[in-house]
Amino acid sequence: MTMETIHALLRERFGEAIGEWPPPETGDPWIGVKAEAYHDVARFLRDDPALKFDYLRLVSAVDWMGSSGAESAERLSSVLHLYSFARDHEVTIAVDLPRDAARLASVADLWPAANWHEREAYDMMGIVYEGHPDLRRILLPEDWEGHPLRKDYVQPEEYHGIPNV
Amino acid sequence: MIHKEAQSSEPILHDSLQSEELLVNMGPQHPSTHGVLRLVVRTDGEMVRETVPYIGYLHRCFEKITESVTYAQGVPYTDRLDYLASMNNALAFCLGVEKLGGFAVPERAAWLRVIVAELNRIASHLISFGTYALDLGAFTPFLYGFREREAILSIFEKLSGGRLLYHYPRIGGVRADLTPEVAGDIRRFLVQMRKAWPEYNELLSENAIFVKRTANVGVISGARAIAYGLTGPCLRGSGVRFDLRKNKPYSAYERFDFSVPVGAGIKGAVGDCWDRYWVRMVEIMESCKIVEQALDGLPKGEIRGKTPRVLKLPKGQVYVPCENPRGELGFYIISDGKTEPLRCKARGPSFCNLSITSEVCRDVLIADVVAILGSIDIVLGEVDR
Repeated sequence: MTMETIHALLRERFGEAIGEWPPPETGDPWIGVKAEAYHDVARFLRDDPALKFDYLRLVSAVDWMGSSGAESAERLSSVLHLYSFARDHEVTIAVDLPRDAARLASVADLWPAANWHEREAYDMMGIVYEGHPDLRRILLPEDWEGHPLRKDYVQPEEYHGIPNV
Repeated sequence: MIHKEAQSSEPILHDSLQSEELLVNMGPQHPSTHGVLRLVVRTDGEMVRETVPYIGYLHRCFEKITESVTYAQGVPYTDRLDYLASMNNALAFCLGVEKLGGFAVPERAAWLRVIVAELNRIASHLISFGTYALDLGAFTPFLYGFREREAILSIFEKLSGGRLLYHYPRIGGVRADLTPEVAGDIRRFLVQMRKAWPEYNELLSENAIFVKRTANVGVISGARAIAYGLTGPCLRGSGVRFDLRKNKPYSAYERFDFSVPVGAGIKGAVGDCWDRYWVRMVEIMESCKIVEQALDGLPKGEIRGKTPRVLKLPKGQVYVPCENPRGELGFYIISDGKTEPLRCKARGPSFCNLSITSEVCRDVLIADVVAILGSIDIVLGEVDR
């Protein structure tokens, strides 16, 4: 199934919660989803017999701050890459979140693979995945301050007396 | 304690056999963790009840750095992710940039990339072979594996100048052409590798102790492997026949004839440590087949396509997955039209494969934790990035 067909299917079922289909001029397409519907859409993608997305490839986070020409650069995105071994098709789901209150439902209950990816997105970009079984930092120490992959992150001068220069 | 027991009327045996759970800290400096990985293991006697991995000791801010360097400058950084498969990393990154930028790669360059990627896969699996034996207490196979790997490193040194970090695939092509001397070296290596492979099997694959340590240990079902996002030999070891080179061919892989081995439970259950190990062993021979075909049919022509001097990618995003020795490596690149990416996310196989350890290393023997970890074959450079 192409991503456009999948988009039409989702649009039919979830209506306004699914964004328009804007095939980009270059690169891969993606489907925008509203944060409230994210978990339901994810469950539908996994369980629908025609879709059967059994393999979660990647959950990643993007900070759009300062990007040129984007409609609203003041936002974060949580992006979900799925693939189906059973049906041999793939889909990319992107959810826009406000920078100051980035909260999103976790999909770790649907795909265990999401567990570590969401921890990393929390660690690096500060997105809080609600309902995650174990939302701790994963790459940085527990007492690290801030989320380094945010565009406005300022590197601390020292960490426990170790200079950072 | 003993004194007290002797005085009490309770049988001494009963008291002294009472077991307590013990937290054991394995790593970060432990040879079997293959780098700096820390496992906190809750043990009950010899049994492991819970394993919690802690990672991040090798975090080098790869993704943050790529946001401040140009695409071409980003290529050598990818070498340092999975440092045992530098060729494959750089290939995946270049393919991503080329797809978003719409740059064509000459046929000869694509074939040369296949040759080096497959040689690097063999080198990586040889390390896996050697260190896995080392983890389980056999020293000799390590020396055999490094003997054959040395030949590959010499070939790479002649091609690229580097023995570990090559920076050979470039955006639009490769750095240097194959000289007749190097082509001869590769052919000699293939002969050497095919002669050595049966020795490996006599030495390790069929070794009774090795089979006892690995068969029926750390069994991962195909469904669990998919749920945890395992890829590469870990996924195929569980019996799922999926290989990006076959299923989603890139860089001219559709031109080559090779088969995709999967775990079949030859020594025990499907998806045990031995199956994962065996998939790697068979892949070594399959890679030899690919390299030989690529050498035989290497097309003539350019080795670098036309790319602009200042590389500005159009706005958009792209995710290109490649089959690395350890599984699916994909770069999720987002460009907003500048010379540097807005975001470059590396989805590394080691990171995802490692995430299953908590589930597999439960209610197993302590010694099995080492066997399971070795069979998953991680490189911490890529886990932590």
